[in-house]
Amino acid sequence: MASVTYEHVTKKFSTDTTAVDDLSLEIRDTEFMVLVGPSGCGKSTALRMLAGLEDITAGEIKIDDQVVNEMPPRDRDVAMVFQSYALYPHMSVFDNMGFGLKMRGSTRSEITSRVKEAGRILRLDQLLARKPRQLSGGQRQRVAVGRAIVRQPRVFLLDEPLSNLDAMLRVQTRIELQKMHQRLGTTFIYVTHDQVEAMTMGDRIAVMKDGVLQQVAPPREIYDQPVNMYVAGFIGSPRMNFLPVTISDHKAKASGLELNLPKAPGVEHGVLGIRPEHFLPNVSDADAAIDLKVEVLEVLGSDQYLYGKVGSDDLIVRVDPQLKVDIGDRVRLGLDMQRLHLFDAGTEKALF
Amino acid sequence: MAAVARVKVRRPGTGRVIGDRFVGRALRIYLPLLVMLVVTLFPFYWMAITSFKSASELFDFSVSPLWVREPTLDWYRHLFTQTNFPRWAFNTAIVAIASTLISLFCSILAGYSLARLRYRGADTIGWGIFVTYLVPPTLLFLPLTFVIRELHLFNNLWALILTYPTFLIPFCTWMLMGFFKGIPRELEEAALVDGATRIQAMVRIAIPLALPGILAAALFAFTLSWNEFLYALIFMNDSLVKTIPVGVTQELIHGDEFFWGELMAAALLGSVPVAVLYSFFVDYFVAGMTAGAVKG
Repeated sequence: MASVTYEHVTKKFSTDTTAVDDLSLEIRDTEFMVLVGPSGCGKSTALRMLAGLEDITAGEIKIDDQVVNEMPPRDRDVAMVFQSYALYPHMSVFDNMGFGLKMRGSTRSEITSRVKEAGRILRLDQLLARKPRQLSGGQRQRVAVGRAIVRQPRVFLLDEPLSNLDAMLRVQTRIELQKMHQRLGTTFIYVTHDQVEAMTMGDRIAVMKDGVLQQVAPPREIYDQPVNMYVAGFIGSPRMNFLPVTISDHKAKASGLELNLPKAPGVEHGVLGIRPEHFLPNVSDADAAIDLKVEVLEVLGSDQYLYGKVGSDDLIVRVDPQLKVDIGDRVRLGLDMQRLHLFDAGTEKALF
Repeated sequence: MAAVARVKVRRPGTGRVIGDRFVGRALRIYLPLLVMLVVTLFPFYWMAITSFKSASELFDFSVSPLWVREPTLDWYRHLFTQTNFPRWAFNTAIVAIASTLISLFCSILAGYSLARLRYRGADTIGWGIFVTYLVPPTLLFLPLTFVIRELHLFNNLWALILTYPTFLIPFCTWMLMGFFKGIPRELEEAALVDGATRIQAMVRIAIPLALPGILAAALFAFTLSWNEFLYALIFMNDSLVKTIPVGVTQELIHGDEFFWGELMAAALLGSVPVAVLYSFFVDYFVAGMTAGAVKG
């Protein structure tokens, strides 16, 4: 159990490629922290620096209060689950899971009891004698997790551990990992590019882009109060609608709508952000209304998505699946003013 | 009737079509293979039958030279009792084994370091080693002769054990570098995080997985040193320290007089160990041990 602190950490692979740029982040003891962002955003590099697999160009990483910059990986007492699982192909499942203990000089009987215990938790008891190539993808993934938990490390690092699993297994394993976290009461740092994984698993989420940390907050807050257009667009599916607006005083004007803002934002050009799920079917009590010309319909059973145009802007709207709509219809919808976001068109920062 | 019958046999799945396919296959695949086999194996065949022919039969041109009428082991007996062949075989084995072991040890370390560790000049060193390999031994023997003389190693097996690695190490290093690069980096990273040192990760993870490559390199190194001729010819003058290739060509040919029987018997015996080794380890070249290491 431990906390982890990144203090102004920078990683440059060469003079002009910066993978991580001045990252400051504090991960609390026993917290489940998710680093999320598109590929190449520096999230894996941040994790690998913590594991000791990459040098740190500038700044400090601390585990508890100890600076670990120069500490070799084996002394950091962290365990890592790799995206490829990285199981040792020439060793049995038992030896794979016991390798870390063996390297640390545990006795044979201690290794046996800890590996058996982990095997029982992960339903691998029957497979301990097998080689990795004789296992299914899901079983390999569990061995990789097992190899991490037998060590009882201070911090768990997971680098996209679910991305090689099929969709159903992924959901199931996601839940198992959450249970594992509760049961172990250890700090987890989890890297993913999947915003659903981030939202469902994280106590807090750190959104990264181009090596720069954008926002750190609990999932609810990331969703409700994104600090900029990038975070707003990355979290949520389908993605948030962005409508360019011209603002004069309290009035915002887009190509297909006009509305009164609750307060004057003080900029001339803004971007209005509305999530597809935040349109109201009844216009009477809404502050503003739009006329959506429907171009494409998607009925998913639980939801119905309308893709269409308001003025010259594209829009996605989620409506009640019972609502009868046809392609070409004009649908009148209200805007929930409480859930509206406005961004500065220049800086892309949230104004409210 | 005949026309109908012909239409029938040409239908897919009938005997005729299968027959056609078989003939086509034989012509495209087996015939060229057969030609190649005959061409490559003929010298061995010639060598083998010659070594079993009696002296009179060797020079009897009235019968087919492709067969032995009265096989005899005279030449082998002669080789082991009248020449230093047993000694040459022993020398060759010692030199080949020792230089292979030395070269492997150095090449595993060098290949691993060039494939895995990031340090200034790693690429340059890698290319340097490759270029060294391209320098022909026919050029290198001049300076090496000087070195061997300074070390007073003429007529000493150490002369060969120490000079063979000059061409074996570059070759093996280059080959093993490729093998080490083929092993997923994450496997060793996982070991490092699991508590292994760099050396432990290499010994317990990388080397076992590179074993097919290491065996292949060992086999090539062994074969090259077993058959090496030039250095052995230059550094070894005393009959008792010669290796098979040198001993055979120097002492079984006197001027224009060829002792064909002994020559062929010695050549056959000299090629046996290499052939045996190859047949033993051929599976190792093919076996990909990393299957199942990564991906789900």
